[in-house]
Amino acid sequence: MSATSLTPSLAAADPGDASPGDELRTLNGGGSGSRRVKDRIATVVMHLAFLVAVIPLVWILWTVVSQGYHMLLESTWWTNSQRGVTVRDFGGGAYHAMAGTVMQAAVTALISVPLGVFTAIYLVEYGRGRLARAVSFMVDILTGIPSIVAALTVYALWISTFGFSRVGFAVSLSLVLLMVPTIVRSTEEMLKLVPNELREASYALGVPKWKTIVKIVLPTAFSGIITGVLLGLARVMGETAPLLILGPYTKSINMDLFNGNMASLPTMINQDRTEFLDAAVQRTWGAALTLILIVMALNIAGRAIGHFSKVKS
Amino acid sequence: MATTTSTPRVPDAPPGPEGLKQGLSRGPDRAFKMLAGGSSAVVVALVVIVGVYLISKAWPSLAANGASFLTSREWSVADPDALRFGIAPLLWVTVISSVVAMAIAVPVAIGVALYLTHYAPPRVAKPFAYLVDLLAAVPSIVFGLWGARVLMPYVQPFQDALKSAFGWFPLFAPTAVQAGTIFLASIVLAIMILPIITALSREVFRQTPVGHMEAALALGATRWEMIRTAVLPFGRPGVVSAAMLGLGRALGETIAVTIILSTTTGAFSWSLFFGGETFASKIANAASEFDSPSKTGAYIAAGLVLFLLTFAVNAIARVIIDRRKGFTE
Repeated sequence: MSATSLTPSLAAADPGDASPGDELRTLNGGGSGSRRVKDRIATVVMHLAFLVAVIPLVWILWTVVSQGYHMLLESTWWTNSQRGVTVRDFGGGAYHAMAGTVMQAAVTALISVPLGVFTAIYLVEYGRGRLARAVSFMVDILTGIPSIVAALTVYALWISTFGFSRVGFAVSLSLVLLMVPTIVRSTEEMLKLVPNELREASYALGVPKWKTIVKIVLPTAFSGIITGVLLGLARVMGETAPLLILGPYTKSINMDLFNGNMASLPTMINQDRTEFLDAAVQRTWGAALTLILIVMALNIAGRAIGHFSKVKS
Repeated sequence: MATTTSTPRVPDAPPGPEGLKQGLSRGPDRAFKMLAGGSSAVVVALVVIVGVYLISKAWPSLAANGASFLTSREWSVADPDALRFGIAPLLWVTVISSVVAMAIAVPVAIGVALYLTHYAPPRVAKPFAYLVDLLAAVPSIVFGLWGARVLMPYVQPFQDALKSAFGWFPLFAPTAVQAGTIFLASIVLAIMILPIITALSREVFRQTPVGHMEAALALGATRWEMIRTAVLPFGRPGVVSAAMLGLGRALGETIAVTIILSTTTGAFSWSLFFGGETFASKIANAASEFDSPSKTGAYIAAGLVLFLLTFAVNAIARVIIDRRKGFTE
C-alpha cells in the first residue's frame, strides 16, 4: 500500500466535502519518527491479523473441497442411499441424508416463517408499551438459546412427556425454536425500513390498517424478508446438536417425518467421524462438502436477493 | 445485529366520519391484529415452555442428587436410587475453553475489522468482508471435523513447546491427554466465532463519525493515532458486546467441541492441555442413552445451567448495546 502522505494542513483546509472513506484513507500524518514507526507497526499488525484470520478459513474450505469433491462427481451420490453399504465399502449415496435435511428444514420454515413474520408485524405495526417490550425481550431470550438446550426442551416435551419417539418432526420442532428469533429480528428490521409516508398515503386513501400492511408494507419489505428467511434457513440446516438428541441416523431413505429414523447430512457426517478407513473418511468429507454447498447456496441466494432489491428508504 | 430502535409510529388510521366508517369493515382489521398478537403470544409461550419443561424435568433429579450439584466432580447417574452428579468440571471446561477462544478471537477480529474499514482498499475490502460473512455459514460439525483431523497435528508441537516452557504454571501443566485438549478446542472455537465478532465490529467501526476522524487527522494524527483516539473509543461498547455474543456462541457450541475434546477419567487437572467435557458435549455424548427419567433429568439440569450462563452473557451484551444507544442517537 502506497501511503501518499498529504500534509495535515491540507486535510484541514477542506474537511467538509471530503468523502469519508477514500480521502481519509490516503491521509497519513507526518510527525516525529517514533510516531511514524508506531503507525507503520500498526499497519503491519492489521495486515497480519487479516492473514491470521483468512488462513484457517481458506484452509477449512480447501480441506473439505479437496477431500470431498470426487464423491460428488459420482451420479450415485445424488440418487442412492447408504443402505447395505458397510464402513469398508466405497461409494453409496447421500440422497437419504439430503432428503432428510431438506424436508426437516422445509417443515421448520413452514412453521417458523408465519410465526416469525406475524410476530415482527405485531412488534413494528401494533405493539406498544410494556407488552411489546415483553415480547421483544422473549425474542431476545430465544435468540440466545444454545441449540443443545432447544433439543433438550423438545426431548423433555416430545419424548419424556408425550411419549412419542425420535422422528424427523421432533427435529423440526427444535429447529423452530432456533429459527423463529432470527426471522423475527430480520423481518422487524425490514419493516422498520418501510417509509411511513407509504403507510400514511394508504391511510389517507381510506385503506384499513390490515390491508395497508398486506398490500403496501409487506410487498415493500418482501425481498428483505426473503433474505432473512434464507439466512435463517442456512443457519438451522447446519445445526447438528438437535439431530444428535432427536434425529438418529439411518442408512435408508425415509420420507416420513412422523415415523422411524430419518437421516440428515450432519448425522451422516457424525456417523463415520471416528472411522479411519478410506471409504468412511471419503464419505464423511463428501457429506460435509454437500452440506456446505447447500448452506452456501442458500446464503448466496439470500444475500443476492437482499443486494439487488433493497427497500428504498 | 438486531437493534431495537423504535421507528416513529404512524398513528392508527384516523377514525373517519361516521358514514365513511360504516363502509369499512372493521372485522378483518381486528382479525389481522389478533393474528399478529397471537403469533407474539406463541413466541412468549415458547420461552415459557422451554423454562417450565427444563425445570420440571430437572427438578426431581436435582432433589434426589446425593452430591453437591455445583461443586461435585462426580457424575454417576445410572442408578436412579443413588444419583450423584455435580457440574464443577463441566463449568470449568465450558468457561475456560470459551474464554480462551474469546481471548484469541477478539484481538484478531478487531484487527481484521480495522483492516477492512480503514486499511484495505475498497476493492479488496468488499469481497473479503463478503467472504468472512459467508464463512460464518460453515456448519460447526465441519469445523469440528477439520479441527480433529487436520489441525490437530499442527497444534501438537506448539502445545508441547508451551508445556515444556511454562509447565510450572497450572494452566499449562503437562497432562496425559495428547490429542483432544481444551487448548485445541479453544483454537477451533476462536476460528468459529471470529466471523461474527468481525462482522459486528466492522459495523460499529464503519459508523465512527467522520467528523471525529477528520478532527484527529487535522490535528496531525497518524492513521494509527486517529484509530486509537477516534475509532476505537467510539467502537468500544460495540466491540465488547460483539465479544460477549461470540462468547455466548462459544459457550453453547456443541458438536465441534464434542468431536475434538477427549473425555478423561482419573485425576482432574486445571491445565489447558487436559481433556474433559463441556455442558454441551456432556449432553451430546450421552444423547443415545437417555433411558431413565432421573438420568435424563441430570443432563437437563446441566443444560439448564448452560442456558442460564448464555443468557447472562447475552444479557450483558444487550445492556452494553442499549446503553451505547443512549448517547449516540
